[in-house]
Amino acid sequence: MKNGDAVPLVKLENVNKHFGELHVLRDIHLTVDRGEVLVVIGPSGGGKSTLCRTMNRLETIDSGVITFDGRPLPAEGKPLAKLRSEVGMVFQSFNLFAHKTILENVTLGPIKVRGQDRKAAEQRGLELLERVGIASQAGKYPAQLSGGQQQRTAIARALAMDPKMILFDEPTSALDPEMVQEVLDVMIGLARDGMTMVVVTHEMGFARRAANRVVFMADGQVVEENTPDEFFTNARTDRAKDFLSKILTH
Amino acid sequence: MNELIEYGPALWEGFVQNLKLSAVCAIMALVLGTVLVSMRVSPTPVLRAAGAAYVNIVRNTPLTLVLAFSALGLSDQVGLVFSDDPAINGFWLVALGLSLYTATFVCEALRAGINTVPFGQAEAARAIGLTFFQSLTLIILPQAFRAVVAPLGSVMIAMIKNTTVAVAAGYLADVAFVMKDTFDTTGVSIPIFLGIVVAFMAVTLPIGFLTGWLSRRLAVAR
Repeated sequence: MKNGDAVPLVKLENVNKHFGELHVLRDIHLTVDRGEVLVVIGPSGGGKSTLCRTMNRLETIDSGVITFDGRPLPAEGKPLAKLRSEVGMVFQSFNLFAHKTILENVTLGPIKVRGQDRKAAEQRGLELLERVGIASQAGKYPAQLSGGQQQRTAIARALAMDPKMILFDEPTSALDPEMVQEVLDVMIGLARDGMTMVVVTHEMGFARRAANRVVFMADGQVVEENTPDEFFTNARTDRAKDFLSKILTH
Repeated sequence: MNELIEYGPALWEGFVQNLKLSAVCAIMALVLGTVLVSMRVSPTPVLRAAGAAYVNIVRNTPLTLVLAFSALGLSDQVGLVFSDDPAINGFWLVALGLSLYTATFVCEALRAGINTVPFGQAEAARAIGLTFFQSLTLIILPQAFRAVVAPLGSVMIAMIKNTTVAVAAGYLADVAFVMKDTFDTTGVSIPIFLGIVVAFMAVTLPIGFLTGWLSRRLAVAR
């Protein structure tokens, strides 16, 4: 790809979205560069998750343009399915396929979407499960695993598609406290390996350690974009300072 | 008791027709019901409307009318003929009518099952790049089927008993017809009556137990 590195992987221009009366995304301009870890933080109801979900079109937008890899997001059908196969997604509530084993969860996409040979997909799947530390659970069903194990499976499921980017929509918010770190460790490993990641989270420690850039959202707007160091020690906007003062003072 | 033994073979022959009808209709109704529910949850408004219209019209029409329409409308007026042999033709007209009718109940049972599948399952399916049809057949319907095995059992039991109105489509061979025919010569016979009830229960009771057991075994843990 010619000058591929110059084009941001994702670009949102003037994006707006309403849920009925509620204006959840207001004139959003945002880019995600290749290899970048972008952390989105902000108060609940501020539009963080919605923003994340527009990037693989799980949410449609009312106006504006979103481009992925230089092309506008397809509206529907096969092209949209293909786009989604290139963008991994990890949900707050894991959403593992409940009637399939852990290994089947990881191999379903490669086999059915990419048409890979079952043997090869299973071998790769086991490698990925090994990488996230749950290869020994491969034959179990999601309900038999802890939340942290389920979420690590969900990360392996996303990785199995060799995505160009992974979206994390509050990946640790539904976990028991003692399981948060095991999931964050896997995510930090991915960030080190150069995966492009958009992470909606309340984990400020993760943002400090792994983010290249922090986006602070409130009331449907991007209020501040900054480096993590600057943002946490010297936020520019009052809205961000106010938010940080509420969560960082214990 | 003597008349049950005397007419037993003829009644049994009639009952075999009910069993054959049941087997054929079960397969056709399950297939058609799955197609209908796929239409009803599809993203295409035209398909959704067509599925809803079909279900609401056919499900609310008395079965005897559906069967009469199958024989008088589709066969006599439209010219749908399965065979030159009136017995075989009649069999398939009943099978068609009963399948078209039962499919609506299968569809609605499955639709209830789909509602038990959390929305996140469909979102996760879409997010890895499965098409709508793949999401439906690989993720949603398998879980929906498991959730409604017991209600589907009830639909099947109702369908098996409904084979006894085959005479409404002019099919004069099922056990209910043979029974009435027999009563014309013997007068009403309680043993024959009870014999047929026992025969039906011998089929339907195990279906109830089996589907109840299966629904526990196949339940999706969440």
